[in-house]
Amino acid sequence: MNQKYLVPLAGVFLLFLVAYTGVEGAGLQWLFGVVVPYAALLAFLAGFFYRVMGWASSAVPFRIPTTCGQAKSLPWIKQNWVDDPDTAGGVFVRMLTEIFLFRSLFRNTRAAFHRNEKNRLSYSWEIFLWVGAMAFHYSFLVVILRHLRFFTSPVPGCVKFLTKMDGILQIGLPELRISGVVLLLAVFFLLLRRIFDAKVSYISQAADYFPLFLILAIAGTGICMRYFTRVDIIGVKELTMGLVTFHPVIPKGVGGLFYAHVFMVSILFAYIPNSKLMHMGGIFLSPTRNMANNNRAVRHINPWNYPVKVHTYEEYEDDFREKMIEAGLPVDKKE
Amino acid sequence: MSKNAILTGLVIFILAVLLPFWVNLGGTAAAPKPEISARAKAAGRCILDKYDMRADHMQLLGKWRNSVVRHSNRLYKTADGKVFTMSLSTGKNSCLGCHEGKEKFCDKCHNYANVAPYCWECHTTPKEINQ
Ligand code: HEC
Ligand code: HEC
Ligand code: HEC
Repeated sequence: MNQKYLVPLAGVFLLFLVAYTGVEGAGLQWLFGVVVPYAALLAFLAGFFYRVMGWASSAVPFRIPTTCGQAKSLPWIKQNWVDDPDTAGGVFVRMLTEIFLFRSLFRNTRAAFHRNEKNRLSYSWEIFLWVGAMAFHYSFLVVILRHLRFFTSPVPGCVKFLTKMDGILQIGLPELRISGVVLLLAVFFLLLRRIFDAKVSYISQAADYFPLFLILAIAGTGICMRYFTRVDIIGVKELTMGLVTFHPVIPKGVGGLFYAHVFMVSILFAYIPNSKLMHMGGIFLSPTRNMANNNRAVRHINPWNYPVKVHTYEEYEDDFREKMIEAGLPVDKKE
Repeated sequence: MSKNAILTGLVIFILAVLLPFWVNLGGTAAAPKPEISARAKAAGRCILDKYDMRADHMQLLGKWRNSVVRHSNRLYKTADGKVFTMSLSTGKNSCLGCHEGKEKFCDKCHNYANVAPYCWECHTTPKEINQ
């Protein structure tokens, strides 16, 4: 047992209890259903803006793209224009593959010693982190988009279509949504990897476990409400529509589990700009990916270069000509 | 990257996050009021309590379906001792037999909450059969 994951686990449990007991025991529906969500959204947007503008105004003096293929060279050498782009088009494609397919994670390798007398170090392709990450991010995206049904009326066709595809297996009643299952399994995998892979657990901090536990708890409460304890969806939508039309209402009969779910989502949103979860904005600004590798084709001048006062050789010779001639040193201009 | 490009992207992102607010500008979408038909009113109450029905009716239907199709048991006894023939759409004591008019009842909620049960591909409302 390790306090690096026990503390965040206890923290998430506490967050759940605060909202659950606050609603069930103290009747704080307004706080957890209206005030906290609005505050969290504000914190999310303001924090996000602040972080990205901070990055935008920091200096990027060097071209530091990582090159993952053949650079542009002599005409008969084939360039890898995506992995080592020298044009804006190439950079664009590279960023697309990075953002939508996590291409650099796909290349992940693992270093390990052979477990025999030779004890040789070898590198192998390790794809499971990529698989887990893809499953996690895409199922999370689908879950978020499906939740738009609570914030729009009438519900747009694309959300309807997505929901239909998500339930295409037609298992059980209420219908099983594939994205929910995949999300839960993927978060579990990423969590177990952190805990049991010694190399990863060695570098994992509380801030790495907290979002995993929080997302696990959010998905868990959501799945619980949909398939097990049930909740009046029409009442829930009354509340959410009230929020987005600025006429907040508290529906009757919706219990503490729902408010705990909403509270933890609010915490997640407010937490994003203050944490490593900002990679959702940061990936667009990664200097090793979003720059063209044209260091030798284009001269890059440091933007804050100022005219430096220099003392040229001619001026030096003017200063010391007589002494130099006296000492027998060669000079360019004799007089 | 230039600061202006970043700012543009950031503004687009913020507008996208606020999408639910601006698509609903000016509107207040009231929750639907499913119509309780005359026959249902006469019966007085549903299979379970009203709130349980609102939240749990799909699970009840799932139980009914299993019971009929897998165990050929068509009778359901409620907590207060009433007996119903388990059916979605056949007979006066089925869901649709009592709640006449699917469009005025089931569909009202379902459209609002984006639920599209596939049941109606096979089960039809009694009225549709007459036509
Ligand atoms: C008070 C509003 C309301 C009424 C009235 C109502 N439903 Fe529903 N129904 C819902 C909601 C909300 C859901 C979706 C729950 C969810 O998404 O978790 C649902 C889900 C279902 C599902 C499961 C569908 C799925 O894909 O999971 C079935 C089946 C269903 N209803 C049948 C009926 C029938 C039959 C009637 C009419 C006799 C009816 N409902 C009346 C609100 C209602
Ligand atoms: C014997 C008649 C009868 C049958 C059969 C019946 N209901 Fe009802 N149902 C009612 C009545 C009456 C109400 C209103 C209860 C109230 O207002 O307290 C109601 C309420 C409901 C509600 C809540 C509506 C609201 O306004 O919140 C739902 C959902 C519902 N029924 C679904 C079903 C489903 C699904 C079935 C089949 C499994 C079914 N009912 C079978 C009579 C019936
Ligand atoms: C592929 C066609 C089909 C679909 C789709 C379908 N059913 Fe059925 N259902 C049947 C058949 C066939 C029976 C058997 C009828 C009988 O024996 O009386 C049945 C029986 C039932 C019964 C018990 C008997 C009765 O008269 O209703 C229930 C309840 C039921 N289905 C609910 C549902 C629900 C809820 C859905 C949607 C989630 C659904 N079914 C979708 C074909 C279908």
